[in-house]
Amino acid sequence: MRRYFGRKLIIYSLTFFLAVTIDWMIPRFMPGDPVANLLARTSVSADATAVAEMYAYYERVFGLDVPVWQQYLTFWGALLRGDLGISAYLFPTPVADVLMRAVPYDLFLLVPSILLSWYAGNWFGAFAARSKRLDNTISPLAYILTATPYMWLGILLAWFLGIVLDVFPIAGAYSFEMRPHWSLAFVGTVIHHWFLPFASLFLVGFGGWAIGMRNMIIYELEADYSHYLEALGAPRSLIRRYAFRNGLLPQITGLALQLGVMVAGALVTEVVFSYPGIGYLLLAAIQNQDYFLIQGCFLFIIIGVLLANFTIDIVYLLVDPRTRRGMVGESA
Amino acid sequence: MKRYELLYFALRNRKLQIGLAIIGLFLALAAVGPLMATNDPFAYINPLGPQAPSEKFWFGTTFFGQDVFAQFVRGLRATFLVGLLGGGLGTLIGLLVGFTAGYRGGVVDELLNMLTNIVLVIPTLAVLLIIAAYLQVRSVFTECLFIGLTAWPWVARAVRAQTFSLRTREFVDLARLTGMRPAKIIFTEIAPNMLSYLLLVFILQFGGAILIAATLDFIGLGPTNAVSLGLMMQYAVLWGALQFGMWWWFVPPGLAITAIVGALYSMNVGLDEVFNPKLREM
Repeated sequence: MRRYFGRKLIIYSLTFFLAVTIDWMIPRFMPGDPVANLLARTSVSADATAVAEMYAYYERVFGLDVPVWQQYLTFWGALLRGDLGISAYLFPTPVADVLMRAVPYDLFLLVPSILLSWYAGNWFGAFAARSKRLDNTISPLAYILTATPYMWLGILLAWFLGIVLDVFPIAGAYSFEMRPHWSLAFVGTVIHHWFLPFASLFLVGFGGWAIGMRNMIIYELEADYSHYLEALGAPRSLIRRYAFRNGLLPQITGLALQLGVMVAGALVTEVVFSYPGIGYLLLAAIQNQDYFLIQGCFLFIIIGVLLANFTIDIVYLLVDPRTRRGMVGESA
Repeated sequence: MKRYELLYFALRNRKLQIGLAIIGLFLALAAVGPLMATNDPFAYINPLGPQAPSEKFWFGTTFFGQDVFAQFVRGLRATFLVGLLGGGLGTLIGLLVGFTAGYRGGVVDELLNMLTNIVLVIPTLAVLLIIAAYLQVRSVFTECLFIGLTAWPWVARAVRAQTFSLRTREFVDLARLTGMRPAKIIFTEIAPNMLSYLLLVFILQFGGAILIAATLDFIGLGPTNAVSLGLMMQYAVLWGALQFGMWWWFVPPGLAITAIVGALYSMNVGLDEVFNPKLREM
């Protein structure tokens, strides 16, 4: 168990270090000059000395006036204090504030869609395995769903349910007539706007999990222990329960491995529905060449994915006793 | 005899037949289509602007009066290219890493395994976003390169596990005793034993690369000098195809991607049944 955690911790810290370093490199090595961009947009007077002074001022604000190695150290220092710099596109709002406004929407959209699609997919997949009629209906449907690009399913849902039938709104996280506050009406509009992005993320994920579970169950039912139980005359439901429990383990690992893909899916879905999460913000940041905001979004995604992975590792430790005894240290 | 037996089961397998038929259809369309649709995909040829499919414009025209069919068939070419090259590169890197890690074991394995795990955990799309934004001019080939360089960890893991179990077999020991070089052992003794598996892996990478490319294109980080199915969807959404009900603009590209990737998955399942007798006759 200690070995298992030790290994995981090394991987996580190395990943974090590497990711933060890549993250730090973004504004420094990207083409274009963020400060010059900002100045061009605020259109200061043509006076050259004034521009030069403004330039020096902003360089100081963004901390770009010291040697590169010092910038790197300062970056880590600021990061550990939770300071992510200032957004150039929404100047002078700190990046951390911009992100904090987007995060609740992300959690609200991602957590339910990932967990529910995983749960429902496993459940349906387990039923489909080795039952001819269900298998012939659920499996093809699941394959089609998992082959669908996230944004296309989103576009179709938005077009059909949003425009043709006009039952769901297709843009934003709440009605444009309202301001965020705590009231029943506001919660209602938030859920109303949440449904379509949630449905498209849920459906694509559902297909993949259902297929995975179906295949695992078939594999487990072929295993020696299943045949042995069968020979002993154990009821079919008991054998299937064992198969389900064993099939669940790779699905948990799969959940950890799929997180990156799901984040990407959430990103395009947010773009389709103009849903104000991190994905939507990231796109706006890229289009406006706001490197500090890109940096912040990337960092947030990294931390989110690492935390989720870590949680899954702990869950794995709880559900698979072999991990606790250090027998399969690296399967997850 | 063995080969004919496999072929017999392959030709009889419904899932494989369906998958191959769909892929064949789209391949033919990608090959012949651009010859039929001679219109420049970007030219504003229809002065009336957006129009539903008609005899003159089979898939209708875009908001700007561009020929959707001309864009579609060229986009199909890009899609197959990305699948082949991006998926191929991902498979190749994964193979090299997986074989090396699995066969050498020890410290090499530990290091490569760590690298694989790191690349798996980093949300690759975020990295792709940054690299893509860095390059102002991008071709389909650069896109293939990005995808190949980030999609390999899956393959590496699977191949490593397989190599691990084959490495200790007697025929491998025997080959080692005869003084064969490791590279030769891997390619002549180990790899042929997992050839069917590698084919399946490549098919999955092919489909995966197509989906990643569609995502990248859709958020505007795709090729800057070509048409692709993802780009078509991006333009459709950007220019209000949803609000104005121009379904002919966004339905064909997404449908084609879904059909191609779905057909690949179906082929994958079919081939699995062909190679693995336990799964047949289901």
